[in-house]
Amino acid sequence: MLFLNDPITFIAGWMRTLLSGWGLSSGLVTVIIYILGITVLIIFAMALDIMLVWVERKVVARFQDRLGPNRIGPFGLIQPFADIIKLVIKEDITPAGADKLLYNLGPVLAIASVIILWAILPLSSRIFGVDLNVAVLYLVAAGALGTLSIIVGGWASNNKYALLGAFRMVANMVSYEIPMVVVLLIPTILANSMSVQDITVAQSGMWFAILSPLAFIIFLISAIAELGRSPFDLNEAESEIVAGFHIEYTGMKFGLFYAGELLHAFTFGGFIAVLFFGGYGGFFGLENIGFFSWLNNPFVQAVVFLVKAMFGYWVIMWVKYSMPRIRIDHMLAFNWKFLTPLALVVLVNTAVLSKVLIGLPNWGYVLGMFFSNIVIGLITVEILRAYGRKQRKAEANLNPQRAQN
Amino acid sequence: MTADRIIFILCAALILASGLMVVITRKLIHAALWLVAALFGVAILYAILQASFLAVVQVVVYIGAIAILFIFAVMLTRREMLDKGAQTRSNWWLPALLGFLILVGLVFLILGQPAFAQPAAALPAGIDTLRSLGTALISPDAYVLPFEVASVLLLAALVGAVYIATGKKE
Repeated sequence: MLFLNDPITFIAGWMRTLLSGWGLSSGLVTVIIYILGITVLIIFAMALDIMLVWVERKVVARFQDRLGPNRIGPFGLIQPFADIIKLVIKEDITPAGADKLLYNLGPVLAIASVIILWAILPLSSRIFGVDLNVAVLYLVAAGALGTLSIIVGGWASNNKYALLGAFRMVANMVSYEIPMVVVLLIPTILANSMSVQDITVAQSGMWFAILSPLAFIIFLISAIAELGRSPFDLNEAESEIVAGFHIEYTGMKFGLFYAGELLHAFTFGGFIAVLFFGGYGGFFGLENIGFFSWLNNPFVQAVVFLVKAMFGYWVIMWVKYSMPRIRIDHMLAFNWKFLTPLALVVLVNTAVLSKVLIGLPNWGYVLGMFFSNIVIGLITVEILRAYGRKQRKAEANLNPQRAQN
Repeated sequence: MTADRIIFILCAALILASGLMVVITRKLIHAALWLVAALFGVAILYAILQASFLAVVQVVVYIGAIAILFIFAVMLTRREMLDKGAQTRSNWWLPALLGFLILVGLVFLILGQPAFAQPAAALPAGIDTLRSLGTALISPDAYVLPFEVASVLLLAALVGAVYIATGKKE
């Protein structure tokens, strides 16, 4: 029964007894157990990544009214393994004039910046890497390493398209980091903590997506920008710069960039679930009723978490395969003139209301938070409408001929 | 030798080696990346000292912002940023001697401190360092004044940057 209630502690305790029985010192045993734990977590993430290739290809096929992989294995499930074999046996080309060391470092950093995110991803209340008290900031720091991987890869390739892709990516990521950091403070304020476990527990009554829907939408947009996925895929814009920063990479080196992107998207789906949809919990108090107490089992929680993360991943794919790419000046204007001010307004609103509404009963707090967000949203839409009308009028005055047509 | 100490030694070696590489490498972009490695090593040191907030902020600010700005600036300049001249001057031994003397002096001073020989006192259980830091930054009897002065300074820098970047409207 202990294994079912607390699997990690159970396995760690069993291994500790076993290794100590072999005569190893307790410090060494701790190190071995930690290294094994890290390895298992990484293997889990990478195995999931292999299946994500299949998920992504199947989902994009549905969006484009195709069938997707369906020849190898049932529903094409073996397809990703065939892909891997193909990537591994491809010739590994290093372009002339490339910076050898940095060229090889790029894909490694790309996948590493995603894997380190799994350290703080809470799969369940008892299955997680580490419960950092600065987990929310850690998310931002890992994003910085991701930017670095793309710069390094793009620069070292000795290719102008790769360099252009890297430039665009830096402009993209450095700008969208700001609304993301601002909006990450909202779950922090609502939960009074930066730890993802505390944030999850604080949502057991009500999801933060309901307390602050605007924050959720801003986080989703800036997460997509951080991932460099459509409509923010300027870094690899196929129709303009061929493949962007990874144009020169072949075989498994390209595979690492691709796998990193997929796993990154899924991981951000997981963070959307943790920060705004209650993570592994968030059953609105259902789990405290005796009949539903099985919802507190760590394995059930892990399944709930993975389903929610997959939903977030699906939303990201949905956006990716429905939206055209935006132009770089529009991308920057959208961030600096719209998203960042809106994020700051929502942050101030949340900070003030969380103190003003503190005396109210729970439903008053929830309704107050929710409707304040709706009001801000409506005002934003009105401002945008007035601005758009002004733009169109200016256009009409400038060019009356075109306005008539 | 505990695991902490092994990690510390590895990490200190990383910082020193990358710091050295920053100054002796000939390619400017390599120097910037070695600087990233050195800064990352410092972040690990903070993490060993259980200053998790400082460790993460070190990565966000120094690697995520400053180092990326460096690399970006280097990439925008000439393609081959190679330094082809001699790397030492004829009087290199003088600064080397001075540096060594300063090192000896500092080590001597630090060894003289009685606190140096004692291990650091463990933090009391249940204390949230992040919360204490946050409270200290905004409480009037601690650091609120320096904190606010720094933010005003940054605001002034921001306004100045916007003014310079906008240019004169003719």
